[in-house]
Amino acid sequence: MKHRTFFWFILPTFLAMFFFITLPIISVVVQSFHTPHENILITVENCDPFGCKKVTSIDHEATKELKNEKPLGKFVGLDIYFDRGHLALEQVKQHWNNSENLLSFLSLISDLPFYKAIFFTLTFTFTVTPIMLFLGLLIALGVNAINRKLKGLIIFFSLLPMIVTPLIGSIILFWMIDSRGIVGNFLQITFEDPNLSLKASTSLTWVTLIVYGVWHAIPFSFIVFYAGLQTLPKDQIESAQIDGANTFQQTIHIIIPHIMPLITFVTLMQLMDNFRVFEPIIGFNAEAHATSLSWIIFNDLGGETRQLSAAATSSILTIIGIIILLLPVLIKTWREFDFKK
Amino acid sequence: MKLLLIKVFSILFFLAYSSAFACSISARVSIVGNEFPAIQTVGAGAKECKGAKVTANLTADHQKINVAGMSSKPAEYTSAIVANTSIVALLNNDLIRPLDDLVNKHGKGLKKNQLITIDGKIMAVAFMANAQHLVYRKDILKKLNIDVPKTYEEMLAAAKKIRASGLVKNPVGGAYKAGWNLAQEFNNMFIGYGGSHFKGNSAEPNVNSDAGVKALKMMKSLSEYMNPDFLTHDSNATNAEFRAGNVAIMNMWGSRAATLVDADGVSMEVKNGMDIAGPMTVGGGKTPASTLFWDGWTVAKKISDEEAEATFIAMTNAIRPSILDNEDIRKQAVWLIEGYKPTDAARGVFAAAKMNTTPYPMLPYAGLMHSAIGKEIADFMQGKETADKTLSDIEDAYRASAKEKGFL
Repeated sequence: MKHRTFFWFILPTFLAMFFFITLPIISVVVQSFHTPHENILITVENCDPFGCKKVTSIDHEATKELKNEKPLGKFVGLDIYFDRGHLALEQVKQHWNNSENLLSFLSLISDLPFYKAIFFTLTFTFTVTPIMLFLGLLIALGVNAINRKLKGLIIFFSLLPMIVTPLIGSIILFWMIDSRGIVGNFLQITFEDPNLSLKASTSLTWVTLIVYGVWHAIPFSFIVFYAGLQTLPKDQIESAQIDGANTFQQTIHIIIPHIMPLITFVTLMQLMDNFRVFEPIIGFNAEAHATSLSWIIFNDLGGETRQLSAAATSSILTIIGIIILLLPVLIKTWREFDFKK
Repeated sequence: MKLLLIKVFSILFFLAYSSAFACSISARVSIVGNEFPAIQTVGAGAKECKGAKVTANLTADHQKINVAGMSSKPAEYTSAIVANTSIVALLNNDLIRPLDDLVNKHGKGLKKNQLITIDGKIMAVAFMANAQHLVYRKDILKKLNIDVPKTYEEMLAAAKKIRASGLVKNPVGGAYKAGWNLAQEFNNMFIGYGGSHFKGNSAEPNVNSDAGVKALKMMKSLSEYMNPDFLTHDSNATNAEFRAGNVAIMNMWGSRAATLVDADGVSMEVKNGMDIAGPMTVGGGKTPASTLFWDGWTVAKKISDEEAEATFIAMTNAIRPSILDNEDIRKQAVWLIEGYKPTDAARGVFAAAKMNTTPYPMLPYAGLMHSAIGKEIADFMQGKETADKTLSDIEDAYRASAKEKGFL
C-alpha cells in the first residue's frame, strides 16, 4: 500500500483513538498526580427532624478561592501511588523488616488492599488463561471432527456462555451455587456435608470465580481456533497419515504449529481481559474474599466518597500491570516478525 | 374480590382527589433518588404536575450518579432525593442550593422539623424517618417461651435456644454483606457500646478503642447463628431469608418492615408470625445499637431559578399532607408530613426515636470512614485477623483516603 493511501486509510481510526483513548488516559495520569485541596473546616449548627447539633462542615466560601486558582487541585506527585491504598511503600518496608521468610512477608502484605487485589488478579489470570486455551482447543478439535449436520447446532450452544452478559451470567450462577440452589445443594449431598458453602470460604470462592472465568472465556478461544482449523494444510496431514502418525502426533506436530499465531493472539486478548476481572466479583458478591484492581477502581468511584485521585492511580497501575504482563508475548511477536516481507 | 374492588375504588378516588388539586409548573423537573416504595410514591407525586416535563430516575445506584449528574451546568438533575448519609457528598461538592426563599413562597404546608438546616440555611426538606430495629417471629419465640429481646445479649441467648430446639437452623438474620451494609451494622454496634467515630470535632479517627473491639466481638458471635453465606447477604437477601422462614430474629430497616411479608409465596406461618419491636441496646448501654436516618429532597444549585422553583413546587406537591389519605401510602414509611398518624408498621422507628437513638452523623468525612470500615471488617468476620488488627487497619485505610480528600 502506498504511504499516502495508508495515511488516509488509518486517519479516522487514529483520530478516534487519539480523542477517545489517548486524551482520557493523559487526563487520568494528570489526575493521579493531584488531590483535592485541603478543606477548610468550620463548626456550624445543623438541624434535622431529630434536633439541632453543632457539627463540622466545609467552609465553601473559603475553599472556593483556592479551587478557582488551581482547579486541578493540589499537586502531590507520586504520593497517592505510595499511600496505603496503593503501593503502600511504608507498610511494605515495615512488613519486610518484621517477617522472617518470604511466605510470612507475602501473607502480611496480602492484607493491604492493592496486594490483596493483585494476588487474586494474578491467580485468576494465570489459571483461567491456560485452562481456557486448552479446553477451547479441545472443543474446536471435537467440533471440527463431528458430522456436518450437527455442527451448526453444537457451535451455537458452545457460544452461549459468551453471549450471556458477564454480570447476568454470574448472578444466575450465584443463585445456583447458593446452599439452597441446585448446584450448592448437589455438592452438599455429594460430599455429605450439610454445612458446605461455596460462598463462605475464600478458597472455594476463588475456585468458583475461576471456574466461571473459564466457562465464560472458552467460547472465544474455541471460535478462533475453529476458524483456524478450517485452513489446515490438507496435504501435510495426509502425508503424516501415510507416515503412520496418530491423531495425537498430528495435533502436536502439524495442527498446533499451524495455529500458533492464533494461540498467541488469544493469549494476548485473554491476559488483558482476565487482568481486568470485574463483573464476576460483583455478580458473585465476592468482595469479602476476592478483589481485583478494577473492583478497587469501581469501589473508589462509587458511593459517597468519590475518590477520583485514588481511582485514577489504580487505573494507571492497571495499565502498567497489563503492559508488564504482555511484554514477553509482545517481544516474542516482535522478534518473529519478518521485516523483509 | 371485594378487597380488589375496594382497592380499585380507593385508587380511583385517590386519582380524582389528587387531580382536583393538580399542581402546575413552568420549567423542567428531573429527579434522581434511591428506589424503595416510599420514594417511588414521591417520584410519582412529582410527576402529577402539569405544564412541563417531569422525569424521575429512581435506582439503588443513585449515589453513583447524583454528584456527576448535578455537577454539570446546567445540572441534569434538578433534585436529588437523599438521606443524612448521602446529602454529605452533595454538600461537600457545593451542589445544592439554600431553599429559604422557596420555603417562604411555596412551602406553607411544610412542618418546621421537616426543614434540614445547615448553618442556618435550609438545604433539604425531609419527608420520612428511618432506623433499623428488631423484626422477629412471635410464633417461634412464644413456642419456646422466649421474651422479645431488648438487648443483643438477649438476642444471642434467644438464638441459642432456637437453634437448640431445631426449629430454625440459622435463626439470626442481618444485612452483613461486605461493604456498606456490614459497615452500617458495625456503626450501630459501635454506637451502642458508647463509641464515637472521630476524636472531638476533628477528622481524626477514633474507632480503635474498647468499644470497637466489643462491637466486633458481638458481631462475630451473632454471625455464628447466621447463614454461613452472611457476607454476601444485603438487606434484600436477608429479607428473602426471613420470608422463606429461615430467619427468626433480625435487625432490619423500618422502611422495609411494612411490606416485608407482602410478597407472593410467603407462608401464612411467616405472615402471621412476623412482628416488630424497637431497636436493641448492647453491653448494658442506654443508647440503642442503631442509627436514625431521614430521607428528604434537595434542589440543585447549578440550574436556573425557574427550574428551581418548578422543582420545589413539584416536590412539595409530592409530599403534600393529602397523600396520606391513601392507606397503602400511609404505611409505606414513617412520614414526617403534617397529619401523619403512625401505622402498626411504624412502631419500630418510633421506638427508636423515643429511645434517643443517635442520628447518622452528617459529617463531610463520615462517608470515607464508612467505606474504610466496609473494606476492612470482612477479614475479621472470617476469622483471618484479630479485632485490634482490623480496627487499626480501618484507621489506616481511613487516614489514607482522608488525606487524599484533604481532611487530614
